[in-house]
Amino acid sequence: MAEKKSWLERNTFHHAQFWDLLELIKEKEKKDLKISLCIPTLNEEKTIGKEIVIFKSELMNRYPLVDEFAVIDSGSTDRTREIAAEFGADVYLAEDILPEVGDKKGKGENLWKAIYQLKGDIIVYVDADIKNIHPRFVYGLVGPLIHNDETQYVKAFYDRPLAFSQGVRPSGGGRVTEILVRPLFSMFFPELSAIIQPLSGEYAVRRPVLEKIAFPIGYGVETSHILDVYKQLGMEAFAQCDLDRRVHRNQTTIALGKMSFGILQSFMNRMEAFGYIKELPEISRIYRHFMAQDESYELKEIEIKEEERPPMISIESYRQRFRIAD
Amino acid sequence: MAAIDKTFEEVFARAPRYRDEIAKSREILLANLAMTGEIPAPTFKENLRGRFLMDRFRECGLDHVSQDEMDNTCAVLAGKDGERNILVAAHLDTLFPESVDHTLTVDTENVRGAGVADNSLGVAFLATLPNLLEELDIQLNSNLILAGVTRGIGRGNIEGMTFFLDHYDEPLTAGVCVEGVELGRLSFASIGMLRAEISCVIDDDDDLQEIGAGGAVGILSDIINHIARIPIPQKPKTKIILGSCTAGKGYNIVARTASLRLEVRSEEVEMVSSIEEQLNEIVAEAESLSGAKVEMETIARRRPGGLGFSDPLTVASRRIMDTLGVEPEIEPSTSELSALIAHDVPGVTLGITRRVDSLDDTTECVEIEPMAAGMAQLITLLVAIDGGLLDG
Repeated sequence: MAEKKSWLERNTFHHAQFWDLLELIKEKEKKDLKISLCIPTLNEEKTIGKEIVIFKSELMNRYPLVDEFAVIDSGSTDRTREIAAEFGADVYLAEDILPEVGDKKGKGENLWKAIYQLKGDIIVYVDADIKNIHPRFVYGLVGPLIHNDETQYVKAFYDRPLAFSQGVRPSGGGRVTEILVRPLFSMFFPELSAIIQPLSGEYAVRRPVLEKIAFPIGYGVETSHILDVYKQLGMEAFAQCDLDRRVHRNQTTIALGKMSFGILQSFMNRMEAFGYIKELPEISRIYRHFMAQDESYELKEIEIKEEERPPMISIESYRQRFRIAD
Repeated sequence: MAAIDKTFEEVFARAPRYRDEIAKSREILLANLAMTGEIPAPTFKENLRGRFLMDRFRECGLDHVSQDEMDNTCAVLAGKDGERNILVAAHLDTLFPESVDHTLTVDTENVRGAGVADNSLGVAFLATLPNLLEELDIQLNSNLILAGVTRGIGRGNIEGMTFFLDHYDEPLTAGVCVEGVELGRLSFASIGMLRAEISCVIDDDDDLQEIGAGGAVGILSDIINHIARIPIPQKPKTKIILGSCTAGKGYNIVARTASLRLEVRSEEVEMVSSIEEQLNEIVAEAESLSGAKVEMETIARRRPGGLGFSDPLTVASRRIMDTLGVEPEIEPSTSELSALIAHDVPGVTLGITRRVDSLDDTTECVEIEPMAAGMAQLITLLVAIDGGLLDG
């Protein structure tokens, strides 16, 4: 427990610690770092405009912290791409990036292809559905990476524990984190339970780490990242930053069920790969849930197959683009 | 249109170029608007919004960045010689309490959200003005005093602006008040105004049987009927606005409290006084007849005054709008401009853009495209004042 507390103390930050952007930029330039920002989208017309305007104006024009930023879209059918382009973002369809490897649908696909498309030494991922977007969503994540060369992967968390009449009130992630992921981490990877919101969609990572991990294209991408980076580099590779409040759409319970099903697949696959389980039995990829109407019940079946993209460094075009020797 | 020195025609003619240049940097304003607008700032609770504005002023390197006892947020953009001081002010407060969702949405045409027009956009302009002047390579000779003023709405009674003007000890050449909407708005005079609240309270000890089932609602209803019978002259232009009413607690409980908020406006202060006397009579009569406690509280009062139609500041504002193809809409003001008038500072109020619909609603919405023209007119006017428009 003492060790865990120590990691928390050393590697947990608050965005206000990095408010001095001029200082951050100076340090970034000293270390000759380039920062890329990726916003994965699918039908986000209600929030994307403000996100682009704020990031571009504040983090590129006013304070040149971010060197490039791109919207990578999964094929939105609303005005997401039009609005993002209107406000000056570089907009890409995921299917147009690395066409030779084909196209798979899922947020993880966009994140993975961003590694090829963007040039930065650090890539920051920020979801597009955040209603209260603010520059802190970026500088809070890159701050620990700029200041500490050991840190490789910085996760966001929100709503930090507050003083309470009974001491400190519990704080953590969303429902899927608390009901599924935290119990699994507590059982098999207790150290990782110090990460307050392992599923948050906002994180910043160094390229040499990103290019060496596999990317589930669906719900399991965040969980598998944490497991893979932990296995390869240990706990000291991580840091986390409190970004205060995040306002976003609330998911239905059924949507959370599907998400949990995808995460479990990725988790079980890693358990097998790490040798925690000798051989998994054949796992069904069909998620089943009930719909009730009046007196009747209907069993709905949805296929959720957590396909994975291999580490980007194994892709020949990537190695050529970034001049990486075999 | 009155004649003003021909050299200013050249200044006015720059407005379209300013507009086109500003349009290229619209993201600066929109980002400031989004960040300002998402900080709740109901009247009397503007401190946090003011702090954001202070940060912006500091980031732009302005001098004397400060917040006073009223939470007015001020800064100075020093001019080359600093011989004149020009005030640019926007009220920080909005109509919306902290509990309302202040999320703004931005699409290619519009920005939508609580308070975006009144007056988050005005405040965002203040935050953006130093950047715009730099982009346009404009360095004024005069000091620009930028002020986000508090208590601009309702019970605030423009106390922030009044406090600032009471305590600012340098002479002001002119004041420009900035409102989010409407582009084309031109206010240069204040009308006589009385803002009041009539309240009716039935004590727990009072016998409701005697007062009747209408309770406080019935009493207030009689008062409203009497107000409706007050004769309103065509000249001077006068009106009584019944703004809002609240009463009671539910469906089946006789109301013990009721209140009415109203405003009297007239071009002549004597007419406001005459109507105020009649209102006092109505209130006294209602109290004596009903047995309930009926009172009228004065919330705000303004005296008429201001610039004339042919004053150089007014003429210049109209000429600048002309060059931008904006149709002026002249309307009197009862907001911050009244404080300028009361302090004998020549001033106008101008708007930045057009609203789409539902002003003062949580879905308040403004157009993006006209904002560049709105900002260009303000900057051109500042350049003209700086060039000696009001000298002599």
